[in-house]
Amino acid sequence: MSETAIHPALRNHLRDGQPPLISVQDLFVQFGDRQVLQGVNLDIYGGETMVILGGSGSGKTTLLRNIMALDRPNSGHVYIKGVDVTTCPAEELSAIRRVMGVSFQSAAMFNSMTVGDNVALPLREHTKLAEPTIRLMTQMKLAQVGLSGVEDLLPSQLSGGMRKRASVARALAMDPEVLIFDEPSAGLDPIIAAGIDELIVHLQEAFKMTIVIVTHEMHSAFLIADRMCMLHRGKIIAVGTKEELQSSTNERVRQFLERRADEPDDESPNFVTGF
Amino acid sequence: MTFFASVGRSTIEKIAYVGGLGIQFWKGLRSSYRVNPITGSRLRWRATVEQMAVLGFGAMPVVCLISGATGLIMAFQGGAELRQFGALQFVINLVGVSMTRELGPLMTAIVVIGRSGSSFSAEIGTMVVTEEVDALRSMAIDPIEFLLAPKYVAMMVMMPCLTIAAVTSGILAGGLFTYFTLDMSLGVYLRATLEVLVLRDIISSMIKAIVFGTIIVHVGCFEGFQVAGGPVGVGRSATAAVVKSIFLVVLADLMATAFFYLFWQ
Ligand SMILES: Nc1ncnc2c1ncn2[C@@H]1O[C@H](COP(=O)(O)OP(=O)(O)O)[C@@H](O)[C@H]1O
Ligand SMILES: [Mg+2]
Repeated sequence: MSETAIHPALRNHLRDGQPPLISVQDLFVQFGDRQVLQGVNLDIYGGETMVILGGSGSGKTTLLRNIMALDRPNSGHVYIKGVDVTTCPAEELSAIRRVMGVSFQSAAMFNSMTVGDNVALPLREHTKLAEPTIRLMTQMKLAQVGLSGVEDLLPSQLSGGMRKRASVARALAMDPEVLIFDEPSAGLDPIIAAGIDELIVHLQEAFKMTIVIVTHEMHSAFLIADRMCMLHRGKIIAVGTKEELQSSTNERVRQFLERRADEPDDESPNFVTGF
Repeated sequence: MTFFASVGRSTIEKIAYVGGLGIQFWKGLRSSYRVNPITGSRLRWRATVEQMAVLGFGAMPVVCLISGATGLIMAFQGGAELRQFGALQFVINLVGVSMTRELGPLMTAIVVIGRSGSSFSAEIGTMVVTEEVDALRSMAIDPIEFLLAPKYVAMMVMMPCLTIAAVTSGILAGGLFTYFTLDMSLGVYLRATLEVLVLRDIISSMIKAIVFGTIIVHVGCFEGFQVAGGPVGVGRSATAAVVKSIFLVVLADLMATAFFYLFWQ
């Protein structure tokens, strides 16, 4: 990419001469009187897996929703592939969203459609592929996440882990460049959760996608992350590789990594037991 | 002080509500062309046909039943008065005109609000709570086009049909009354009714059907999209959709009736 094609706001954020694929700059989000994000800055580069750590209620989902432009921030910018999604027109946003796949915290499967129709929906909406092709691709995507033969079931007939996998298959349907997970293992038992971690590692190897994952599971974070960052009181307080985070001297980061409970006089929510 | 503050706040809320409805109406109009089966999306068209079956044909029996009963009630009540003046045959005018202009569209709207208005808001509200609406947006699918447009187009087709069915069954029920009280055959009754009705009555009936249908779809969907606070919010929104739709339908009815009375007599 030539220097002139790079968005001015991203020129100071180059890594190996490449601008970040996702760049969050000075993001402020407020609900009523409650400041949830207070100046978040985060760069995510093409092909890397970024894990966002943070306690329950620290604003991780809010940050993801702003990255996906589902919410508008009070101030600040989010650049995806050089497009400011906080201000761009609807058509441009639509184009950006087609290169992003999202797996929501609650899986968010369409409960009135079969699993197969759920996965096929983006293909039917955005491509002119023939129905047999769509059906074949749906089967492939479901096979990629380790689900076969569930096309005709309703989401309510799947277990929690299977529903999560199905939502990943739906996110993969349009072959996205960026895959976003909100707490992929939330509410799943450790064995199923480990299976989801394996799936994410498999996706990294198979597709070399850019992956953004929100979690508070330290174990899976260290398994899948290239880099990670930690969100606390509306700010990113640490960002770096696994090793860099592990050797961090920040008290909050240390506390999170060592799973220590809060000091009694600390008024912030309890990270470990707070969910 | 607090009184004025609360009056002010509730006024602003009402204006914001109507403004929100207006914006949704505009977006709904713009995305409704995507429903057409030729140049639009076949998915939308299929969804629209499904909606027509659910909200149109599904409502047909109860609309006919209620309107028929209403027509008969009108005939009895009017007949009791008119008989004292020896003008029982004017029951034909009474039933024909009031069913066509007023009660046909209104009874249809009430039934459709109860059946579909509440279910629109419950369906969409549930999808908001389960993040399905956000999932749609994240897939670059416009929720208004995906969820509202098929319902709107289906309603625009089915409301006039239902209203015609309602008017017809009300008038037929009136015919039942005259058959037994005036010994009038159904053929004579219907011919007399057609002589009473003028084109304006039928046009105003259809305009009301279209306006009421628009209100029902937009209030139902708007309440659904606004749901917050989990399953409790879904139930509350269904109730609000019914109450607000009835209020707005009656208000629109009043304005339309006044308009026709003043400007097209
Ligand atoms: N739509 C909203 N309205 C009001 N408050 C909200 C809303 N969304 C999130 N919040 C608040 O923002 C904070 C952060 O929420 P969230 O981003 O979901 O946290 P996390 O995903 O890290 O658990 C919470 O205190 C939550 O109550
Ligand atoms: Mg969350």
